[in-house]
Amino acid sequence: MDFTDEQIERYSRHIILPEVGGKGQAKLLNSKVFVLGAGGLGSPSLFYLAAAGVGTIGIADDDAVDLSNLQRQIIHDTNDIGTHKVLSAKATIEALNPDVQVNAHQGRLTEDNIREIIRDYDILLDGSDNFPTRFLMNDAAFFEKKTLVSGSMFRFDGQVSIFKPHEGKPCYRCLYPEPPPKGMVPSCGEAGVLGALAGVIGVLQAVETVKEILGIGESLAGKLLIYDALGSGFRKVRVMKDPECALCSDQATIKELSTYEQAACDFNGPTVG
Amino acid sequence: MAEVKVRIPTPLRKITNDQEEVSATGVNIKEIIENLEANYTGLKERICEDDGSLRRFVNIYLNDEDIRFADNLESSLKDGDELSIIPAIAGGAR
Repeated sequence: MDFTDEQIERYSRHIILPEVGGKGQAKLLNSKVFVLGAGGLGSPSLFYLAAAGVGTIGIADDDAVDLSNLQRQIIHDTNDIGTHKVLSAKATIEALNPDVQVNAHQGRLTEDNIREIIRDYDILLDGSDNFPTRFLMNDAAFFEKKTLVSGSMFRFDGQVSIFKPHEGKPCYRCLYPEPPPKGMVPSCGEAGVLGALAGVIGVLQAVETVKEILGIGESLAGKLLIYDALGSGFRKVRVMKDPECALCSDQATIKELSTYEQAACDFNGPTVG
Repeated sequence: MAEVKVRIPTPLRKITNDQEEVSATGVNIKEIIENLEANYTGLKERICEDDGSLRRFVNIYLNDEDIRFADNLESSLKDGDELSIIPAIAGGAR
């Protein structure tokens, strides 16, 4: 593809990297990434994907910006309070980089609409805030054969992984077969999260997404990267493909999308506190 | 009997008096869990079902390997092994 002079300058720090080059930058500009959630994780990933020149970015969220979001959801600002998050995020991205086409999907993803929405994208990022949505996203990604870059966080802990069952790698259900039962989890508001932790995890998702688009480095597929903010440490453990996975194994029992009924967000054991 | 280190995730540190890493002894992971429960009451019910099996949204790693793909709770241990308890977490947007 032909770059404009402005694009050559804008992406010069990418283009001079031998691992990226003009070819890699063209891949980024032609890529389509879908980000679920314009919140704590979505904010930093959207920012860097847009700055990197990912040509098409889809954003889905059903929420409006609230003052309590701004401790970590940096794609929105104080003037955006009350505005729908997808519209606020779209405006920020368009101001940052006019090369990016933003598709705003306002509303909740359900088993009835998710497959159609994600079908047009190459790579999916999960920055959602609850287990039912994570399992729905994983299952939809499996059926649509899309790579899923998953990030999650809780208080001071974060986890990042890539799920590619269509390439023989594990899916989210291989890692965690089922969500915690209803009533075993506190609400996110009760649990709290360190604001800057969202930056660490969301930016890691952006880095891994860019690597997947460019096809460089070591993929996080089949691995789980764990960050412990209080202990200042990263650990990487192996994620195996579960030969009995209900979704992606030969013994699969899940043949279509369904949604878990659960409102809350995180594991904290049977006695919440 | 092996002495191992067990890494405790933030949500369970209330039970371990805020310690992120504790020592435990046992020949296999089942014994480690019993040993932990004896010192830190309440830990077992957070990670195990009533029948003693591991909860489906909690993983235990022996060094860097998920024990479900080894001998699960029967996986045998040697001195200096490191166990990590890793629960599923879902926070992201709100």
